[in-house]
Formats: sequence, C-alpha cells, structure tokens
Amino acid sequence: MKVSSVPFKGTKDQEAKLLEVIAKYKGQKGALMPIMQEAQNIYGYLPYQVQKIISDETGIPIEKIYGVATFYAQFSMSPKGKYIVAVCLGTACYVKGAGKVLEEVEAKLGIGDGECTPDGKFSLEVCRCVGACGLAPVMIVAGDVYGKMTPDRVEGILAKYE
Amino acid sequence: MKTLQELKDIKAAKGGQVDIRFNPDTAEEAVKTYVLVCGGTGCQSNHSVEVMDELNKMIDAAGKKDEIQIIQTGCQGLCAKGPIMVVHPGNIFYQEVKPDMVERIFNEHILGGTPVDEYLMVEELPNGEKIHYVDSPFYKDQLRMALRNCGKIDPEDIDEYIARDGYQALAKALLEMTPDDVIKEVVDSGLRGRGGGGFPTGKKWMFASANRGKVQKFVACNADEGDPGAFMDRSILEGDPHSVLEAMAIAGYAIGANQGYIYVRAEYPIAVDRLKIALDQARDYGVLGKNIFGSGFDFDVDLRLGAGAFVCGEETALMTSIEGNRGEPRPRPPFPAVKGLFAQPTVLNNVETYANIPQIILNGASWFNQYGTETSKGTKVFALGGKVNNTGLVEVPMGATLRQVVEEIGGGVPNGKKFKAAQTGGPSGGCIPAKSYDVPIDYESLKAIGSMMGSGGMIVLDEDNCMVDIAKFYLGFTVSESCGKCTPCRIGTKRMLEILEKISAGRGEIEDLDKLDELAHYIQANALCGLGQTAPNPILSTIEHFRDEYEAHIIDKRCPAGVCKALLNYVIDPEKCKGCTKCARNCPVGAISGAVKQPHVIDPAKCIKCGACMENCAFGAISRK
Repeated sequence: MKVSSVPFKGTKDQEAKLLEVIAKYKGQKGALMPIMQEAQNIYGYLPYQVQKIISDETGIPIEKIYGVATFYAQFSMSPKGKYIVAVCLGTACYVKGAGKVLEEVEAKLGIGDGECTPDGKFSLEVCRCVGACGLAPVMIVAGDVYGKMTPDRVEGILAKYE
Repeated sequence: MKTLQELKDIKAAKGGQVDIRFNPDTAEEAVKTYVLVCGGTGCQSNHSVEVMDELNKMIDAAGKKDEIQIIQTGCQGLCAKGPIMVVHPGNIFYQEVKPDMVERIFNEHILGGTPVDEYLMVEELPNGEKIHYVDSPFYKDQLRMALRNCGKIDPEDIDEYIARDGYQALAKALLEMTPDDVIKEVVDSGLRGRGGGGFPTGKKWMFASANRGKVQKFVACNADEGDPGAFMDRSILEGDPHSVLEAMAIAGYAIGANQGYIYVRAEYPIAVDRLKIALDQARDYGVLGKNIFGSGFDFDVDLRLGAGAFVCGEETALMTSIEGNRGEPRPRPPFPAVKGLFAQPTVLNNVETYANIPQIILNGASWFNQYGTETSKGTKVFALGGKVNNTGLVEVPMGATLRQVVEEIGGGVPNGKKFKAAQTGGPSGGCIPAKSYDVPIDYESLKAIGSMMGSGGMIVLDEDNCMVDIAKFYLGFTVSESCGKCTPCRIGTKRMLEILEKISAGRGEIEDLDKLDELAHYIQANALCGLGQTAPNPILSTIEHFRDEYEAHIIDKRCPAGVCKALLNYVIDPEKCKGCTKCARNCPVGAISGAVKQPHVIDPAKCIKCGACMENCAFGAISRK
C-alpha cells in the first residue's frame, strides 16, 4: 500500500462527523468496516491520523485497523485526485481490448494504477468488473461510465474534465 | 404493519397493472399505458435516466400523468442493446433509446398508437431477416425463474412485488408449515447452491437447524459477486430485491435465526440503494421485524458492504469480513452451519439461490424439480459476455447445451469469427472448447470437462483470443487477490504466473508444461480455501484442450492468435507497399525506414509491436505474423 507524504489537512468539522459515525455504531458487532467506509467518505482517504481517531474512540487497536485498511482494495491511505479514472479489466472487458485502453490512459496521464497526477487532477485505478459487461470495454471517469471504449476516444474524454 | 389480508388486498388492487407486463396477450384491457425503462447498471451507464427524464417532461407537458405511467425496472437482459424501453399494452420493445428519440415514440406510439418501426428492438437472424425482439430466441428460449420479476416490476415499490405473490411464501411458511416442513420442501426441490459450489441448499439448512431456539444463529447472503464478467446477482438485487429478503426470512424461520446479513459489493451502488429501499419498505410493512404475520417469529436483515477483496466471496472469508476483520478464510471444518458468523451456526447462500426459494415454497418442490437434469434441478442464470452478439443476462433450464446458449440465445459470435471456447466459472473455472459445444450445462458435466458452473459468468472467446493469454489473465487476477494466508496459494500461484509469463515472452521450455501441471495439482490439494484450490483450473483446462497452442508458443515461438506481443512480428509486403510513408510517420519509435515511393521495412529490433503501422496502412501491406 502506498502511504502518502501529503500532509494531513483534516478539519474539526470532519472530525465531528466521524465521531458521530462512531457513536452511531457503538456496541454493534463487526462495526469496524462500516466505520472505516464512512470515514473514507468523509476524508476521501484513510490516513494514519483518521485511523488513530477510530482506534482511540472504539478501543480497537490501531494495528488491527491498519491491517484492515491495507487488506481491502477500496481503502486508500493516500489522497485521490479530483477525478478518479477507472479502467475495467474484468474478463469481458479484457477480451475486448481493455488492455489497450488502459495503456492509452497511462500514456496520456503519465501515471500508472493507483497513482495520482502531480497536479492532483486525475488518479488512475484498474478495477475488476463493474458489471456493465454488455458495454465492454468500459472506462469510468468521475462516476460517468463510457462504454465500448477504444484507445482513440481516451484523449477526448479526459479533455472534458477540467 | 400489514396483515396478510392487507397484502392480499394490495395484490388484488395492483394485480391488473402488473399482470399485463407478464401476460401481454391474455391480460385484461389495460387502464393505462405503462412505459418500462430499464434502470439496471448497464442501461443506466448508457443514460437511461435521461431518457426517463425526457419522457416525464413530455407526459407533464401533455397533461397525461393519469394515463401514462413510467416504471423504472431492473435489468431486462439484453444489455448489448440498452437502454431498453418497453411499452404496454402491446409489449413493444425499443432498443438503444436516446433522449432525442423519445419525442417520436411519445407522439407516434404512446399518443398515436403506431409503434416507431425504426427504433424497434430487433434481432437479425443468420439469413439477414430482422424480427421483433419478442419473437427472437433470446426472448423466447429462456426460462425465467430466478429472474421472473427482473425487468418487469419496479424494484423500489414493494406493492409491485406483492402483486407478484410477494411475501406469500413467507406467510405460507410461517402460518402453515413447521420449520422442518420448510427444510423438507427445499431438500426435495433439489436446489443446489448457485454461487459455484453446488452444495444442496436444503442439506445446508438441515445441518444448521439443530438446537433451534437454544442458540443464536444467523442467516447470511453472499452478494460479493467478485468473478470478473459475472453480474447475475447484481441484476437480481437491482431488479427484484424483495425476493432475496423474503427468502432470507424463510431461511431464518427454517433454522431458527432472527438476524440476517447481506454482504454486498460496494462496487454495486445501485444494488445497494435498492436493497436499502427494500429493507425500509419491508420493515414498514412488517414483513421484516417483530412478530411477522402475528406468528411470533422475528427477523431482520442488515447490510454489510464489501471493500474490494475477491477472497471475501469465499464463505469463511466473507464471515470474517462481516465480523470486521481482514477477510481471510478459516479452515473447515468446523463448517459455518456449526460455527459460522460470530462463532454461531450460520446458513450462507448466494443471491440467486435465495431468489429461487419463495417460488419453491409457494409452488412446491415437485414444481421446481420438473426442470433441469437428474442431479441439477431448476435453472441457471448466466452473464453472457465477450465475443457474442447478445451480451446480457440469460436464464436457461439446467441441461441446456452451450451451443443453445451461445448460438441460439446469444446469437453467435460476431464479425463472422469462429467460436473457440467459452470460459465459465471465472478464475475458478476453465475453458470449454468447441468440441464440447453440445455438453449439457449442469454441475457434473461441467466438472467432468475441467470447468465448473461457477456463479454464472460465461465469456465467449473467438479465434482472436490466445488461450495462454487467457490463462495468464486469470492467474494474474488470482495472484493479486490471494489473501496471503496460506503458502500454496500465495507462492504457488505466483510461480505459475511467472512460468506463464515466460512462455508468452517466448522463453518457454517444454518442461514448463510439466512444472505447471505439478504445481497445479499441488495447489489444488493443499490450498486452504476455494480460491486457491480452484486457481489452477484455468491453466489445467487450457493445457488440456489447447495444448497445441502452448506448444506453438514454446517450440515455434509463435502466438497463433496474434496476441502475445513478444512473439509477434510486423512485416511489410514489398509487393503491396506503395511507399506512401504513412506507416513511418505513425510509428512511435521510428522503427520503419524507406524512401518515398519505395517499399518500406520494419526494424524488428526497434519495433515495440504496437500495431500502429498496420492500423494506418491504406493498402493492407502490413501483416502480423
């Protein structure tokens, strides 16, 4: 897991929201993952400082929280770009040439899987099947789904996001 | 809180509106026009919501709100032609509906009564004839049991589910049957797990039914559909979420559990939203909660979201994850029926398995087991994808052949290419070659030819797909998803991947095939969980059925399908080359040289095999060998 060197910029407001979430799950069995998922929604990622708050409030050891954070692909310990570009490499997309779409995105953005452009605008993720196999190959930018992708459409699509 | 009588009243009041969508030919005269717009993930990705907005505007402007009703449904099945719109009465299907097409459909068809021919959903037959979708094999040859309501009801309206006998099975179980009766019905039905393993569902329930009322138990639903290329469970959750909730409550009654958990992929936001809505409505109606139908039985369901780990689809890993831990599997025994979630007896079934339960309880085991083969009863839903014309969701009786699914329902392989293989079972399954095209699809037959039923992903491959590359693709997936707990899986799959990479890079030796075989059998025998034990399947089945292709990579250093880059060579035919220089200008690495109007040549030492030259040649002078 890539740990970011970007300084933590959490606000009091975000912390208050997180404490609310933790209070909501108090006493529930197996609440750690839902808390971490909501925490990531609040902060956009799960840096050490956020994990520490969860640990202090729930009494769950920080090493367990870190263990969970690093196990699941969804949790990120470094901040994401303004727009998340996801290229599906599920089987249906793969056999229809998603690999070439990914290569083109990597070339255009100059970053690889899990990385963020230096200006903080785009981050790139390779994902496994979003379930839109009928539209394969699929690319998702900031939640907008682009189906039946070809490498030559990549540049134009990325240009839409300013 | 609703009583059973009130549910029946809702069914009676709502029935007429719903019936026409299921029995368009025999239903009573419709009082309204119903426009069904698909709101499944595939169609929404294709902007079906904008289509609906546009239609809404027109209905408002025409002041026809009372006469025309829009219903957003779950998946209609034929995702390749989305967004899909259906108009009743008439059962008229439109395909690839864009917002700017809505005006004509509204004016000419909905108001004017004449369907818009150009927009109709059609299927082209091999002889070129075009037929309306409802007459096509894709529509007619399916048998929809688990998907019975998908694409036809509004999944966000519990009343529509009730109009389709919703929660009647639960009422029947609670009020007319003992828990043992329920289990017996499920055992007799012959229903087996649809998540891949194929374990008899009734037996699973029976094991968990001991000590009812004395110990806490749980019912869990596996909606962590991680196989890349599989979307059956997502479609059921999006299209008919109440069927799963009802089935879980029935399972709870059967084994004596009062709490259920659904573990669903976070990558399925629409499914998660619809489940939340369904849960709220079910609690509001009292079909979940305390003292359901006055029977004294309590049951509720909580959602848990996955966080992107394939291994969590394995039952013990899923439970470890719900408990809030790293999703690592545990050794079995003890089986979940004895010691499962939070160390309590637990029944865990997959979404599609549950979707069959209410119908089995309502119609009886003998109704269900009339479909299918000797050992595999009922139907199976497949997510048909890859190189096939009709990509989408299909449900067929067990025992249908691959040929029927791919050629008839799926409409065959596009672009005149040849069917090479179908991959079933995802990273745990194998490739079924063309020579097994007529093998019936059931648990035993697929196993016998080295694949498995899996959860229902079915990816069609054509002659342009390299089987070594496909094996490498799946193994790469397993390697990155291996949780790392046991050595055979963590290290064994990695070593196998390295051997495959070596072969596709042109450095393979013939002994590598033996090494792969040895490692594969070792991992199958020794990995802790299903993920590891089945990881070698894609390799073993491709070696078995496509050994010549492996040998071509190893001995001839050639990739017959033209996929493995290191083994490709682009060459210019001097006879055909006109010396236009276009290829040289498009080559990103300057590997092409030659004077104007003279044949060009490619320097293989510089060439990165990107194919840009071939795509840009106007004379077809460049070929890949």
